[in-house]
Amino acid sequence: MAAQGQASHAPTAGEYIVHHLQHLQTGKQTGVVDMSVMNMDSLFFSISLGVLGCWLLWLAARKATSGVPGRFQAAVEMLVEMVDSQAKGIVHNAQSRKLVAPLALTVFVWIFMMNAMDLLPVDLLPAIWHQAGPALGAKDYLRVVPTADLSVTMGLSLSVLLICLYYNVKIKGLGGWVHELFSAPFGDKWFLYPVNFLMQIIEFIAKTVSHGMRLFGNMYAGELIFMLIALMGGAFVFSATGIALAIGHVIAGTVWAIFHILIITLQAFVFMMLTLVYVGQAHDAH
Amino acid sequence: MEVISFVALAAGLIIGLGAVGACIGIGIMGGKYLESAGRQPELMGELQTKMFLLAGLIDAAFIIGTGIALWFATANPFLAQIANLPK
Repeated sequence: MAAQGQASHAPTAGEYIVHHLQHLQTGKQTGVVDMSVMNMDSLFFSISLGVLGCWLLWLAARKATSGVPGRFQAAVEMLVEMVDSQAKGIVHNAQSRKLVAPLALTVFVWIFMMNAMDLLPVDLLPAIWHQAGPALGAKDYLRVVPTADLSVTMGLSLSVLLICLYYNVKIKGLGGWVHELFSAPFGDKWFLYPVNFLMQIIEFIAKTVSHGMRLFGNMYAGELIFMLIALMGGAFVFSATGIALAIGHVIAGTVWAIFHILIITLQAFVFMMLTLVYVGQAHDAH
Repeated sequence: MEVISFVALAAGLIIGLGAVGACIGIGIMGGKYLESAGRQPELMGELQTKMFLLAGLIDAAFIIGTGIALWFATANPFLAQIANLPK
């Protein structure tokens, strides 16, 4: 992949990585937080994967029979049952579970599919875009893993925070929740109110930030390691080191891809479980 | 030159120290899981879910560190800052 500006020389390792870490953005990002810039690649892949996931589950639900289920239906049933039993164990409110259990299922399926984009060959879609993108008048940047974009993961965790706040108010009432905000960890004494409130705010911020950062960090590191492995193969020449590197590429790529199947499932599961736990906490009165 | 060598050392420390912590954590948790599964095998399924959840949580900080360290190692952001400094 040529670096920015169609450089004539082959890219160095650093240029290759930097190029691959650049989002297809609508503008130039000026700060850490810049609301005027959109990452079109993350938006496109996350939305299309979300639609695909909904369509797959709808397909299973539409053809569902009460007789002997097919393989696909059985798989979806196992998935739904797994999420449902986790939700029952954590959120002890049948009314809330009507929203929270489907939410958890959506989160799991969606994040799993977004993470699974990591298992595509790391250069496959960017190489296609390298041809198609400039032809369409777009920049030659593409990142295929939406969850390796901090904007996406923090967006997800912020949505979870909003749902938690909603349930806090709904279950405890506005007055009850405000009372809890000021009296929760240490006790209902007037001189403890500022400390309690500070603790509660820190808890909300830490929960949300770590929720999003955890998924982002895992996927980002995974993507970066795939790129480094790709660099090994990229260094292929007909010499002892070159051939050894190419063989190393195949072995390391296989091993890391297999290990990554565990990671993407685990991270989707962890995100779903933490969503349930946080919503469950919103139901506990202190 | 100095910056490159310091960043290389820092990347090694980030990955190495993170790995030490995560491995000790996973080791203790896995050992306790096996112990408790030996004591009460009927709880194995339930505990396994929780163990995987915790494995994900323990791994997170280490993996975030690894990602940052690899980013520093391959696409060093500090070099660009130095290049932008007024001479």
